[in-house]
Amino acid sequence: MTWRKWLLWLIAVAIIMTLSACTSRSGGSAGGAAGGSGTVNPSARLAKRNAAKVEQSAPEPDQDRIVIGVYADLTGDNSTFGEETRNGVTLAVEEVNRAGGVLGKQVVVRFEDTRSDPQQARNVVTKLIQQERVLAVIGEVASTMSLAGGPICQQYGVPMISPSSTNPAVTDQGNYIFRVCFTDPFQSYVMAKFLAEHLKVKRVAILYDNSSDYSKGLAEFFQESFRKMGGEITDVLSYKPQDTDFRSQLTTIRAKNPDAIYIPGYYKSVGLIARQARELGIKVPLAGGDGWSSPKLVEGAGGPGKAIEGCYFSDHYAPDDPAPQIQEFVKKYRQRFGQTPGGLAALAYDAARVLFAAIEKAGKLDRAAIRNAIANTRNFPGVTGVITINEFGDADKSAVVLQVRGNRFVFVTRITPETATTAASARQVK
Amino acid sequence: MELSTIAQQLVNGIQSGAIYALIAVGYTMVYGILRMINFAHGEVYMVGALVAWLGTSRDWYGVVSHSSTGGLVLLIATAMLVCMTLGVLIERLAYRPLRHAPRLIVLITAIGMSFLLQNLALILFGADPKTVPLTWRTVQLGGISVSLGQLVLLIASLSFMAGLQLLVKRTQFGRAMRAVSEDFQAAALMGVPYDRVIVGTFAIGAALAGAGGAMTAIFVGAPVTPTFGFMPGVKAFVSAVLGGIGNIPGAVLGGLLLGVIEALVGGHPTLSPFRDAIAFCLLIAVLLFRPAGLLGRAVQEKV
Repeated sequence: MTWRKWLLWLIAVAIIMTLSACTSRSGGSAGGAAGGSGTVNPSARLAKRNAAKVEQSAPEPDQDRIVIGVYADLTGDNSTFGEETRNGVTLAVEEVNRAGGVLGKQVVVRFEDTRSDPQQARNVVTKLIQQERVLAVIGEVASTMSLAGGPICQQYGVPMISPSSTNPAVTDQGNYIFRVCFTDPFQSYVMAKFLAEHLKVKRVAILYDNSSDYSKGLAEFFQESFRKMGGEITDVLSYKPQDTDFRSQLTTIRAKNPDAIYIPGYYKSVGLIARQARELGIKVPLAGGDGWSSPKLVEGAGGPGKAIEGCYFSDHYAPDDPAPQIQEFVKKYRQRFGQTPGGLAALAYDAARVLFAAIEKAGKLDRAAIRNAIANTRNFPGVTGVITINEFGDADKSAVVLQVRGNRFVFVTRITPETATTAASARQVK
Repeated sequence: MELSTIAQQLVNGIQSGAIYALIAVGYTMVYGILRMINFAHGEVYMVGALVAWLGTSRDWYGVVSHSSTGGLVLLIATAMLVCMTLGVLIERLAYRPLRHAPRLIVLITAIGMSFLLQNLALILFGADPKTVPLTWRTVQLGGISVSLGQLVLLIASLSFMAGLQLLVKRTQFGRAMRAVSEDFQAAALMGVPYDRVIVGTFAIGAALAGAGGAMTAIFVGAPVTPTFGFMPGVKAFVSAVLGGIGNIPGAVLGGLLLGVIEALVGGHPTLSPFRDAIAFCLLIAVLLFRPAGLLGRAVQEKV
């Protein structure tokens, strides 16, 4: 063996390591800032948001009717998320059109499929703006996708509301980007608090999706919150969404015998992880975030009453919450689509209604005026809670903890931002 | 790491390695005979898994209960038969017309075939993950937990591979296969039915991949999507090269080795994000140090 061969070998290893670390960190160039290291404080977040400029003018919107663009994963790995989003928006649009439209004009929606591919997300957002000449954009669900589509909306000055992307970096991309859901530092705080105070859990292992900005963010914020509450993190391991074998990670986790496992991934992998955990004899509760919130979660775990029974996740709302606005929404949604709406359907419905209210308030089909009206949304009565858009473009809202029982997700407790101020809002936000 | 943890990781690795091996033998046999990489092979594996899901998610007029042993055997056999037909069709429609075309064209056709099958599955069945509605009991062997499904999968895969080895070494067809892979022109001159051997090779490889897919869906409970075959296909390709492409025991060894290495790396606290990267580094290392693979013979190119 000559030294040249060794050198070549070393270089190859270095390249592969770097490449895999890059793709796993960002999931596309736009996401680079999201899961990366380096603490960003609230004022830096604001500075970044306000520094982004509108660089190009988008084609003039249609003035006879209101054209809204929606981008979502309709056929990819997370397609139940896209389907719920489409249904939620559709319900809101049908309602508003029946009531005479917005500013007396009918609302038309254009749906585009991202297939959970960041490049595809960039393409369809560009298409919505340039070819469909949409007035505003709603989307995406997954943070990695919103981080891909967001810069394009900002660049053209088209207001974008993400119904359900929770990674903080999404709204840092510019002042035309908003969301109507809470953010990951809060969501992971909620689960940390629930595990520490309600379940009295002391030692937790984490298993996160290495290719998702959402999952990585949650894993990081959870560690921080849980340690502050005096808990111990036994292991932090990761997986990739196309994996079908999680036993090696779970075997390592099992060796340290934690009281619970935090798995902030998406439903497709979580079901199988739960199964393999139980097959390895791990009996402790599993916990996660709103990425679990899909009718497919229980099916993937082997059916009702099997591997995922009794596990907990944080979500945006509970369909069995007796509050009248929730029950009315659940009834309408069931009548229209024949299913119980998950959190993502409710958020999409709220996102569309916040947008309609803003257009009404702006009084004209002008994108800058609509942006200002969205930014000034105060105490909007949404299905998922009262929505006030703060200076970060985020919504200050409460979260619920749900438990899997049979085929249903049952309301356990509600945790509000007031109790979380010390941890999530005033704290240094990554 | 404790001893029981290491033992558990070995079991985990051998089980996923057995699946890689089942797919890898298909790559390696086709390469041995046609000197081409059939990139659509991973999609055949996906089709096998889809058949398993179709069989268990519906009632099928109660012909057989899918939770009975006989029902499952029948289901896996059906998946193998469907995939076998698919493999033969792929060869007939896509590769046979290109028998004398330059290798690059065949390679690109194979990639096209892979996309075609993926997108067909997407159109026909949609993209939402589909899970076979069966769960398996766990047995404890010392400190090691193994699900019954895993055990069955492991035993079945090993018997499939043993059967293949017998077929290649002991039967007339196996001898014809070896002859074609040695020198197809000479074999043809000796009266070996060249085309029939190629079709047979595709059929066997596809049936094994189909069995692998069906068993992964049934015994592991992995959610099936149109891209289900992509990663396992790539990993199996790495296994085949690792063991020496064209060499059947090599593909089995490569698959098991890759599975065990992945399990050990995946369970390591700091290395776990690099699981896939390490698999590909391994490929590069083998290509650098032993270009013919672990069990492959170095062949001198005559110029």
